[in-house]
Amino acid sequence: MSYSRITLTVNEVVETVDVPQHMTLLQMLREKLSLTGTKNGCTAGECGACTVMMNDEPVNSCMVLAAECDGANILTVEGLAKQGKLSKLQDTIIKTGGVQCGFCTPGMLISATALLKRNPHPTENEIREALVGNLCRCTGYYRIVEAVKEAAGE
Amino acid sequence: MANAKSKEKNPTVVGASVPRNDVLEKVTGSATYLDDIQFGNNLLYARAVRSPHPHALIKRIDTSKAEKFPGVKAVVTGKDFPERIGLYLKDKTIFATDRVRFLGEPVAAVAAVSEEIAQKACTLVEVEYEPLEGVFDAEYGASDKAPLLHPDLGKYECVNFIFPKAGTNISNHFKIRKGNVEAAWKECAFIVDKTYKIPHIQHVPIEPHGAVAMMDQKGKVTLWASSQSPFAQRNLVAKALHISHSDLRVIAPLVGGGFGSKAGLTMEAIPVALATKLPGVPIKFILTREEEFYTNFVRQGLTIHVKVGCDKDGNLLALKNTMYWDGGASTEYGTNITRAGGYSSSGPYDIPNVETDSICVYTNHPIGGAYRGFGMSELHTGIDQAIDELAEKSGIERVKFLKQNAIAEGDIVVTGMTMHANGIQQCIDNVAKAIEFTKKEKPSTPDRLRGKGIAIMWKAPAMPPNPGSSAWVELSEDGKATVGLGGQEIGQGTFTVMAQIAAEALGVKYEDVRIAGPVDTQYSPYEWQTVASRLTWSMGNAVRLAALDARKQILDVVAEAWHETPEDLDIVNGMVVSYKSEQETPLANLVIYGLPKPNDEGWMGGPIVGRGSFMPKYVTNLDPETGQGPRAVVHYTVGCEGLDIEIEKSTGKIHVIRAGASFDVGKAINPALVKAQVEGGFVQGLSSALFEEIRLRNGVMTNPSFVDYRIATSADTAFPLDTTYVEVPQDDGPWGARGVGEHPMVPTIAALGNAIYDATGIRLDGPPFSAEKIFLAMLDAGKVE
Ligand code: FES
Ligand code: FES
Repeated sequence: MSYSRITLTVNEVVETVDVPQHMTLLQMLREKLSLTGTKNGCTAGECGACTVMMNDEPVNSCMVLAAECDGANILTVEGLAKQGKLSKLQDTIIKTGGVQCGFCTPGMLISATALLKRNPHPTENEIREALVGNLCRCTGYYRIVEAVKEAAGE
Repeated sequence: MANAKSKEKNPTVVGASVPRNDVLEKVTGSATYLDDIQFGNNLLYARAVRSPHPHALIKRIDTSKAEKFPGVKAVVTGKDFPERIGLYLKDKTIFATDRVRFLGEPVAAVAAVSEEIAQKACTLVEVEYEPLEGVFDAEYGASDKAPLLHPDLGKYECVNFIFPKAGTNISNHFKIRKGNVEAAWKECAFIVDKTYKIPHIQHVPIEPHGAVAMMDQKGKVTLWASSQSPFAQRNLVAKALHISHSDLRVIAPLVGGGFGSKAGLTMEAIPVALATKLPGVPIKFILTREEEFYTNFVRQGLTIHVKVGCDKDGNLLALKNTMYWDGGASTEYGTNITRAGGYSSSGPYDIPNVETDSICVYTNHPIGGAYRGFGMSELHTGIDQAIDELAEKSGIERVKFLKQNAIAEGDIVVTGMTMHANGIQQCIDNVAKAIEFTKKEKPSTPDRLRGKGIAIMWKAPAMPPNPGSSAWVELSEDGKATVGLGGQEIGQGTFTVMAQIAAEALGVKYEDVRIAGPVDTQYSPYEWQTVASRLTWSMGNAVRLAALDARKQILDVVAEAWHETPEDLDIVNGMVVSYKSEQETPLANLVIYGLPKPNDEGWMGGPIVGRGSFMPKYVTNLDPETGQGPRAVVHYTVGCEGLDIEIEKSTGKIHVIRAGASFDVGKAINPALVKAQVEGGFVQGLSSALFEEIRLRNGVMTNPSFVDYRIATSADTAFPLDTTYVEVPQDDGPWGARGVGEHPMVPTIAALGNAIYDATGIRLDGPPFSAEKIFLAMLDAGKVE
């Protein structure tokens, strides 16, 4: 098996990792860096559970090869809270009750964080549009959308 | 103590929307699910060899090539595990042995050093099949023309309330014979006679099924599983492998969605089987999303024939209900869904004459298992749409018709049991108000049609008569409490609700109660299963009793020390207080080390551990010919849903304008969690009504991916949903609570079907109510061009 050595930034930490050719970014995060917050729901780019931010864009990490991440800047759910302080969105989703089983939550938070970054005051439709790729079977989305609205409120 | 004087206490923690106690982990990515547990470098990976045929004899299996493949550590087949298992009917084996009965059935499994190698080795297992004619329709399967799928059915072991018919494909036939239906038709002024078909659907938890198993050198097995049923799995695996229950340990971390699919035993047995060949090595098996769709428990398909009639004033008189459940290759669980469909077959209506035949049929389809609602969504899809038409025929306004016929306290329900107090009238009012049901409204644009639909429901926890719960509450040096329990946190918020119950009953702050998780059968007290919307009620009772037991132990010690009676003492916010002497002491002072006796005479008390258990003891069996008996179930939760919709004339696409969902929860221990359950359940119901169907062609699922099997997304719920609930207390529920986990998805299909009918005059014979189907039906009926 051939490996490539890549250097990338994950949650503001520079990491150098040897990755097999076929390894996905999702596998690398979970297996090489023990960052298991990012979830695997389908390995097919269809559920959004594995969403991370790559160079400020949300991507399905199960569809990105780790070898292509040399030099990339990655943000995962573990990087949202800074020095033990939750992000605004993490706070509001707790408050609105937008978390049930929690399996979609990491991907959902990343997609919504990316949305707020490019559009700090989205309309409800823009929020729903931005989260379309993040499936949630538990909540019906109401309280998740509410959390994004509230996070955008200030 | 500010409130030490007042002895009257209203619950303060119970009834409050406190934040969930598992949420910080979940928003920071540190919550541990099955696949997040680290097992080190010895971990092996399992894959399964699956049947490519829906029905075939197995002529030969040769595993030798696979065994020799580099990296493969073990290969197992059915010959090593011949024991039949099943929850209600023992009709399946871990691997197919002589015959496969559905496409995807496991035939063998491989453990290897990587998933890729295991997968490759699976292709090297040679299996020779002789394909057989299949059964792909339940009604056909029940006929004597169909080939027999389980020739040994008569020999299978089953519980005493399931009635398999040897020599047929019918694994259970539940009957209701109440009153005289034939005579009653003559009294009916209006009759509706309809057939509906409800397709198979899939649960679709976002976390796929996964399990890790390891056997130690002494033969003790540990199973880590994403599970709603650690104790039921311990029971089933122990029996299948002939090991003692005490030598099997199931550890169940947080579950990323279950909806019934992670109840009972399915794929978890596979890594256990492999582990028995490789002592000391953990083996992981996680389903791919494709396997999740076509190989696991599905919601059974149903064909339901409903004939229902009322007199000229709209009073329901008679119902004849024939249901054919497409149980799939095994009906170990489905037989009880059939039973539940039977004993609840009137829906929440008072009908004096009922004849029901609820028939569970083997087919060569995926295995039907528990699914949120346990048969009730399917049943109500038939009943509530037929009754909607009957109301129309009778000329009585729908809400009035429903309210006049809805089941009320004291009514004799379909099994002969007397109905308890319930809030169905208020539920109907709440929903009618939320969508202004009786107000006829115009569509927002002329190229749309508008309609409103409403439907009511009931559901009882479906389970054996005596499913138990148990709990302990122990205190630590800091005076805080930890609750041991065996019910699972699957997203519904049960750990939060149990902490609230313990806090209230003991007298400590909610923040000062911990849940001893993850559930681990080695340390956690017994709980039957996390199903049937039973935890708040059943486990809630056990936790409350355990907390009260701890409380009594504490107050007895303090009373002795202070020379007072326990009746004058209380525990408030973690402080023991006396209303008589106005003394007080924090729990931390006494719950571990006890209290000193006066004059250095020694000590009293000691570590406090409260214990509670609960099991309903009053449920009786029913007569097998009439379905009659004193008490079929523990209780019913009732409710109502309604939708206000518009339909695009040019495409048939449905737009929901607003909706209402109201359920009688007895007591909302946590109102925000109740509402969250109702929202999620309603949307799952709506998703099943609009989009979902396992498309089966000759036993092959043709849409096993998220692309082809669509579920509701954030774009599909952009409408207001009113979730006002009702609280008519349950006599034996903690603070009056009863469950509401499943109910919100029960009446949704029917309510939407009724709204579509109101808008278009079209009644489709079953969901999903896709735009295409609606458009073609409108075209056919000449409603659009
Ligand atoms: S796991 Fe990547 S999109 Fe589903
Ligand atoms: S909270 Fe369970 S999938 Fe979203």
